[in-house]
Amino acid sequence: MSSTTSKPAGSGFSFGEYLTCLSGIVWREALRFLHQRERFISALVRPLVWLFIFAAGFRQVLGISIIPPYETYILYEVYIAPGLMAMIQLFNGMQSSLSMVYDREMGNMRTLLVSPLPRGYLLFCKLLAGTAVSLLQVYAFLAIAWFWDIAPPPAGYLTVLPALILSGLMLGALGMLISSGIKQLENFAGVMNFVIFPMFFASSALYPLWRVQEGSPLLYYVCLFNPFSHAVELIRFALYGQTNWISLAVVGGCAGVFMIGAIYAYDPSRGLIRRGPAGGET
Amino acid sequence: MQRSYMIYVMAASLAATTPAAAFKAYVSNEKSNTVSVIDTDSWTVIKTIKVGQRPRGIEFTRDGKFVLVAVGDDDKIEVIDTATQQVVDSLPSGPDPELFTQDAAGNILYVANENDNTVTVIDLQKRVRLGDIQVGVEPEGMAISPDGKILINTSETTNMAHFIDTATRQIVANVLVDSRPRFAEFKRDGSELWVSSEIGGTVSVIDPVKHTVTGKITFEIPGLRREAIQPVGIGMTKDGKTAFIALGPANRIAVVDGASHAVTKYLLVGQRVWHMAFTPEEKYLLVTNGVSNDVSVIDVAAQKVIKTIQVGELPWGITMAPP
Repeated sequence: MSSTTSKPAGSGFSFGEYLTCLSGIVWREALRFLHQRERFISALVRPLVWLFIFAAGFRQVLGISIIPPYETYILYEVYIAPGLMAMIQLFNGMQSSLSMVYDREMGNMRTLLVSPLPRGYLLFCKLLAGTAVSLLQVYAFLAIAWFWDIAPPPAGYLTVLPALILSGLMLGALGMLISSGIKQLENFAGVMNFVIFPMFFASSALYPLWRVQEGSPLLYYVCLFNPFSHAVELIRFALYGQTNWISLAVVGGCAGVFMIGAIYAYDPSRGLIRRGPAGGET
Repeated sequence: MQRSYMIYVMAASLAATTPAAAFKAYVSNEKSNTVSVIDTDSWTVIKTIKVGQRPRGIEFTRDGKFVLVAVGDDDKIEVIDTATQQVVDSLPSGPDPELFTQDAAGNILYVANENDNTVTVIDLQKRVRLGDIQVGVEPEGMAISPDGKILINTSETTNMAHFIDTATRQIVANVLVDSRPRFAEFKRDGSELWVSSEIGGTVSVIDPVKHTVTGKITFEIPGLRREAIQPVGIGMTKDGKTAFIALGPANRIAVVDGASHAVTKYLLVGQRVWHMAFTPEEKYLLVTNGVSNDVSVIDVAAQKVIKTIQVGELPWGITMAPP
């Protein structure tokens, strides 16, 4: 990237230069992920615990109603698999946002942000990198789940890919937006409590929405307006070669809004981080 | 390597979705007094035929021209013409006919009359009653040996499989099985007779020559009470290698190895799965789910449930055109 430093920020860069930047960021993220073996294992263990233990206990919960995209009765573990795939991406999105807090604390972000390429593009590359890492985790999870009799149609492994990319971008962008407001690493626990858990539990990941509606109509609407529910449904339908158009619109729209928000928040001249007393990135 | 595997997987999935030759399945709906006709190409109900009261046992005639359905509360067997899909005639049975079977030529029909402790013998060509055979209490399961010499009837309350000589129409042997025997099925080579016991929760494997129980198939599904496992319908592939057993309120079909009699898999289907029928080429197996009012379709080779189709109320029996 040294050859580009003389150019003013934002002015015409070649396609190759954009690509160099993208590959640099993705490669760093992938290396960081692969070197953190514990992170890879914990990213896998989390959904597998849900699958092997939680789902085993709730086996009899379903099997009484057929809901699209399924065409017959399914076991509970088959139902929650797409929810767990989305959960992997949710945690990953939040974790890469955590890494941005870390980068900011340690000063690594300075290195990234001195790049003359547009800031929005840099953030988008960072998002793509995070999404790529989440894809690795999701496919590893699917491979293990296959032995647990969660076997979607073979073509489903391909058709789910665009859905995973879009939901990965949405959740990553959300994480990025949140990370702009976090000043210290320790605050991640707050993210767990106030973002990850409510998003995951108030969604269609663990129980179909008709079941939620039976219990509480209010909660049903909360779940219905939760973008995470739509990420889960988008993945669920795509895994069976179908498109849930409403979910696609919601996830696509939210991804755009969160991304614009994150770009705005990370803009030193207008952004949210400038207002904070700590951080020192501005 | 990985790429060629992906291509193989994609080709396999494409091949799996290629429509097979279409057959028609006829499903008796015990409560709605109808017969649903399912097209196996589109997997939809294409016709609902009004029949008599409480239709249960249902079977194609050997020539494939008619479907016979036992309408228990009307004490007769109705004849549906498959060309017009209408009831065109009826056959005389005893009171409350439930299940029946026919000889290999399709000339003689044997009907179990649940309320009368008898099996009625009917001439299918002349459509007249030839006589009755006295059996145990609450006769239900009916099967005929591949050589046509032995007729099996199971009686629900007597807990026996009665072996009846088709020539003399006399009982030649009785084999005691577990409680409430519901259904009987011969292996195509005649080497084994399988009888399901609903309350006993087992399937007895019987040597048809020695008239002894040589083995028992038992079922265990994690998380389910033993009483919920009630074997009823049995479907065996022509080569005798694989059997499918409906487990009633367990909502599962057990896949059983024909040789070792070991259960290899349980498939989740609808509620209170009862009877079943193969498509003639044995690509699919259709099972009736009484309480959830639907029929589940099983891919026989993949041993997977691929679809479930809504039919009438309380689907009971099912039949497919003979090969």
